[in-house]
Amino acid sequence: MISRNGVIELQGKERVVVTVTGQDRVGIVAAVSKTLADHNANIVDISQTVLQENFFAMILLVDIANASADLLDLEEALQVTGTALGVKVMVQHEDIFGFMHRI
Amino acid sequence: MPFSTQEIMETITMVENYHFDIRTVTMGINILDCADPEIKVATRKSSEKILRLAEKLVKTVHKVERTYGIPIINKRIAVTPISLVAQASKANNYLDFAVMLDRVAAELGIDFIGGFSALVHKGATPGATTLISSIPEALAATAKVCSSVNVATTKAGINMDAILQMAQVIKETAARTADRNGIGCAKLVVFANTPEDNPFMAGAFHGIGEPEAVINIGISGPGVVKAAVERLPDADFRNLVEEIKRVAFKITRAGELIGRKVSGELNVPFGIVDLSLAPTPAVGDSVANILEAMGLERCGCPGTTAALAILNDAVKKGGAMASSAIGGLSGAFIPVSEDAGMIAAVQAGALSLEKLEAMTCVCSVGLDMIAVPGETTVETIAAIIADEMAIGVINNKTTAVRIIPVPGKTVGDMIEFGGLLGTAPIMPVKNFSPAKFVRRGGHIPAPFQALTN
Repeated sequence: MISRNGVIELQGKERVVVTVTGQDRVGIVAAVSKTLADHNANIVDISQTVLQENFFAMILLVDIANASADLLDLEEALQVTGTALGVKVMVQHEDIFGFMHRI
Repeated sequence: MPFSTQEIMETITMVENYHFDIRTVTMGINILDCADPEIKVATRKSSEKILRLAEKLVKTVHKVERTYGIPIINKRIAVTPISLVAQASKANNYLDFAVMLDRVAAELGIDFIGGFSALVHKGATPGATTLISSIPEALAATAKVCSSVNVATTKAGINMDAILQMAQVIKETAARTADRNGIGCAKLVVFANTPEDNPFMAGAFHGIGEPEAVINIGISGPGVVKAAVERLPDADFRNLVEEIKRVAFKITRAGELIGRKVSGELNVPFGIVDLSLAPTPAVGDSVANILEAMGLERCGCPGTTAALAILNDAVKKGGAMASSAIGGLSGAFIPVSEDAGMIAAVQAGALSLEKLEAMTCVCSVGLDMIAVPGETTVETIAAIIADEMAIGVINNKTTAVRIIPVPGKTVGDMIEFGGLLGTAPIMPVKNFSPAKFVRRGGHIPAPFQALTN
């Protein structure tokens, strides 16, 4: 919804989409999940697959409403995890996907 | 999962592979209330106000950029036309204002600040005249200050005296920045029908019909549109247009979200999203390449004007549905030096100044970042501006000229401006003289199109 002064009013949900891509190896799901759990961030949904040539792709929907870190701090923590695993991690608020792909 | 894998990957791919970004978040700030008989007092008051209102702009934009994972390239500020603010003083030069704006821009960490501007489409006030005569010195002495002068509107006609004066200002600005290939002219634009809420430089200023402060957004995304066009190599025009509309909708939605979020965080009203497709010199981020992906061997060949018209209209139709407020320029940009495909087309001999002029008729917004030989005369530059202003006035649209007569350079030379301003090939200009025409002086009356009431 858009308020009278043009400011966006979001739904009050604090959920982020975490995307992890890269070369498959043992322990990616475990390490990413642990980082999220360490920050009290709750995984709401998860989709994971290994494509051809061992290309790992995982998308997580994470509720951070009760997390101990905000989106930016959580992203930094996940980047550290991603770097250690040699995979690419992106953390984006879910509203960007809602805005771009839903009318 | 509320979104499909395909949707999530589409957004990420746009950014990672196709240069999708938000080109600019531009904060407009009213400083009309900072006018003072003493120019030192006026600049101090203006400086304090801009610093106060924009204090958190850069920090907020960085936060929003990271929150959504969409790059935001430029942070900019547009202020009330300085001619209006400074004319309360008796100063006979407004350099102090330009220097103040440059210092404020550096302090805030923004990329550009616009508004060293005057509106003279019907005639010039003493303040406007002083501002225009201050432009060459101001642009030579500053790095981030942008200047614009509106010399024509559909309602008022064309101020030919102002056009001739602006041609002289352009030549002098080039001369004063000759050691940097006339880069001062890259920060100076001459307009017809200038919008008051344009977020793009060099033309941004905070119009007098605007609120105290406002956030305007300029989107980007030529690379994303080109990828969409390339997915349909054999589609007919209707299907091609549908695909461009879909993509334009998505990229405009991202701009809308980011604008509203920045606006909310700063507690500054959200203004508009500008739908212009803004290219960058990066390979794959070119408007010319979109036209070529539509089936032209080179941008500039016959068919280019039609292709640009299709592109521009489809982007508007898709974008208009995506935002609650469209404004600014909202027309595809064809800045030669800032678009790798345009540069290549000029070098291949496919794209000429005359073809660019034709393209501006179907709603690109003007002759932009055109480098011409340094020996191009004041009269010829004035006539080029007059042609472009006539197109804008008669067609009820914004047109602009940003031209750089590069001192000491001639056709075939390449000029490096750096950054987003890119690399410019010096383009040939027809050397038959329009001097007698442009030196008639006076004002071209408003056209019949003005009589709409």
